[in-house]
Amino acid sequence: MEKNLMVAGFGGQGVMMMGKLLSYATCESTDLNVTFFPSYGAEQRGGTANCYVVISDEPIGAPLGDAMDDLVVMNGPSLNKFLYKLKPNGTLFINSSIVKDEIIRSDVRVVAVPVTEIALEMGNAKVLNIIMLGAYIGYTGALAEDLMMKTILHKLKKKQELIALNTDAFARGLAIGKAVRSEANA
Amino acid sequence: MSRVFMKGNEAIAEAAVRSGCRFFAGYPITPQNEIPEYLSRRLPDVGGVFVQGESEIASINMVYGAGQTGTRSMTSSSSCGISLKSEGVSFCAAARVPIVYCNMARGGPGIGTIQPAQQDYMQATKASGNGGFRMLVFAPSTVQEAADMTYAAFDYAQRDRNPVLILGDGVLGTIMEPVELPRMRSEEEVAQLKRELSDWTLIGHDPDKGRAFIKPGVWSTKGQEQMCKDNAALYDSWEKDVQVETIGLEDAQLVITGYGISGRIAASAVGKLRTEGLKVGFIRPKTVSPFPYGAYEVLDFHRVKCILDVEMAIPALMIYDVRLAVKDRCPIETCLHAGGEIMSREEIIEKARALLAK
Amino acid sequence: MEKVYSRTRMIQEKMVVGFCPGCMHGTVFKLIGEVMEEMGIADHSALVIGVGCSGLALEYVRYDATTAPHGRACAVATGVKRSNPGTIVFTYQGDGDLASIGLGETMSAANRGENFTVIFINNGIYGMTGGQMAPTTLLGMKATTAPFGRKAEEHGYPMHMCEILNQLTAPYYLERCSCNTPANVMKTRKAIRKAFQNQIDGKGFSMVEIVTSCPTNWGLDALEALRFLEENMLKEFPLGVIRDRSKEAN
Repeated sequence: MEKNLMVAGFGGQGVMMMGKLLSYATCESTDLNVTFFPSYGAEQRGGTANCYVVISDEPIGAPLGDAMDDLVVMNGPSLNKFLYKLKPNGTLFINSSIVKDEIIRSDVRVVAVPVTEIALEMGNAKVLNIIMLGAYIGYTGALAEDLMMKTILHKLKKKQELIALNTDAFARGLAIGKAVRSEANA
Repeated sequence: MSRVFMKGNEAIAEAAVRSGCRFFAGYPITPQNEIPEYLSRRLPDVGGVFVQGESEIASINMVYGAGQTGTRSMTSSSSCGISLKSEGVSFCAAARVPIVYCNMARGGPGIGTIQPAQQDYMQATKASGNGGFRMLVFAPSTVQEAADMTYAAFDYAQRDRNPVLILGDGVLGTIMEPVELPRMRSEEEVAQLKRELSDWTLIGHDPDKGRAFIKPGVWSTKGQEQMCKDNAALYDSWEKDVQVETIGLEDAQLVITGYGISGRIAASAVGKLRTEGLKVGFIRPKTVSPFPYGAYEVLDFHRVKCILDVEMAIPALMIYDVRLAVKDRCPIETCLHAGGEIMSREEIIEKARALLAK
Repeated sequence: MEKVYSRTRMIQEKMVVGFCPGCMHGTVFKLIGEVMEEMGIADHSALVIGVGCSGLALEYVRYDATTAPHGRACAVATGVKRSNPGTIVFTYQGDGDLASIGLGETMSAANRGENFTVIFINNGIYGMTGGQMAPTTLLGMKATTAPFGRKAEEHGYPMHMCEILNQLTAPYYLERCSCNTPANVMKTRKAIRKAFQNQIDGKGFSMVEIVTSCPTNWGLDALEALRFLEENMLKEFPLGVIRDRSKEAN
């Protein structure tokens, strides 16, 4: 079984880090194959940033593609640019704080998470990617939440002061993801 | 062994260090920058030397110099930067100086794009510089293979006293995957590898006992002819080093072929098609020089109706080698991209289905 | 009878040297050989030679030697020296090699303060390829690619490599010498010795520029070439120490 994800947003939103954390955790805590592929442009700053994560129990061919199971959209331009890549019945995770455009497809599920608002409320705009990662794990169950958290803590080992903040951010996202999931199941 | 999650460029750099590389010179160019960046931190830790050359030309010549001391030495670049290195590589091949270099290829010709492509096949396999020399050229398709091939490349270079090329592309350089890193050679092992070459290396010899004289050319025409003959004998000995991956050739009616990044994407397409019961085979050259002609030559052309050549190059380039092996015994179709556009598994599957339906 | 002089053992015996009469390459290689013997460094030295007439010397010397691609000697020497710091490394390059095609490598190696020695032979012309214009060709001097003589408005001015490198912070020692008189030969010998000693002491980049003649491509006989050198070349390229960090106050 192969499962793939695209994360897209502005540079600086931690888009790459979100994809990397999921990939690291998969590598470190499972024996699955996983690829992380950043799509890069010529600019050093600004513009959109996006990456692909593919997880599979078989060797992975293309590390990217036009048929995504899940799509995470952190800003408006990315929604318009990449929505076509989502498979029918795929899941769209949007940063509902700033993505206000109408979602023109009706064949996809939408998980709306106001990550920018929550992050600002928590006092650090930078943790929006960790909140979204929590929501993604909470909704998809792609990886056990404790294994995901273990990797986040490991990456923060030199920044002890940020551990509480990130633990909290992950939990906030996780709760939202799980709530949407149980609504969908109900 | 435990696996670590690493970027292709960094895995290549780490594998080089573990194989005994102690000198690297390079110049910035996307998409290979993590190789020099990683080694600028890593080499000083193991008593090695990193130099950022003032150009690709200077960098390959620093490596040409370092290789002459018997130090395992490496450079890397991408496409147009590799063109600049070609004279230096030719000197290494002429003077029989062991070096390893890596091309993380991008779109071309010219400055092209910074995104992945496979436009440098001819340059890598046929004419990496003037003078008709040959090299072993490895084309990894995963980060694991990139690490393993880089590790082995230094041993091949030392065995043959000849340059070895790792031909990658921007996907392989920037993708992250789990990798089991090869064993770290001890300082004593690395020193021993250098000592083994000390008869001919440029380290200073007592003039009364015979000096090291490294010649990228010979003044006499007869001498130069002999050098060419000796080199040709080396190239002829490489048949044993050919590496190729094949799938399902025993029943294939259609054979898909590709190398490097295209090869791995094609392999996953082949896997999907075969689970549907379609008789599709697969050939992936792992050494593109020497090319595994034999893998195509032994196909049963009464059964194989078509070959589908998959490359991120326009025009198709590896196809010339495939043609040499197939000798018009079946048609060769193509599935191509260029300019940084990356092949998708779905389009290979679609094309294969259409060919099988013919 | 006491033997007071013998030929350096660092030049191959019974070798017919192919340098033209009146050319100073032979003199310079003799000096290098003598200095190496005197300092006892021949068994751990390596010569990186450029492309041009200088390349002929590879066959004549008895110590370790290699050829760099045209212009790249300073890059090759960087690789040799950095990967094997115990070896005494020196380049030997002509003006086309060092100042034209290899200008980038020369400047950058000097700027990094690479700990090797450069012997730079400046005769104002391309020798082996047949008298083409060099970056050091004098104004008005004819070359096979400047048949009416070098013109400032078309070709620019002769390049002064010692002075150019003197703009950089790192180089340790830069001296311009010649081999036109016995006294100058002895000065050149001293400069070469000093440049090697600097390397042994880990001081960094040293370059000895030696202004020489090329009778064949200047279209002069050996004596006329010597006169031309004294009257014209040395006016453009004045001899002397351009930089010596060992003489500077700490």
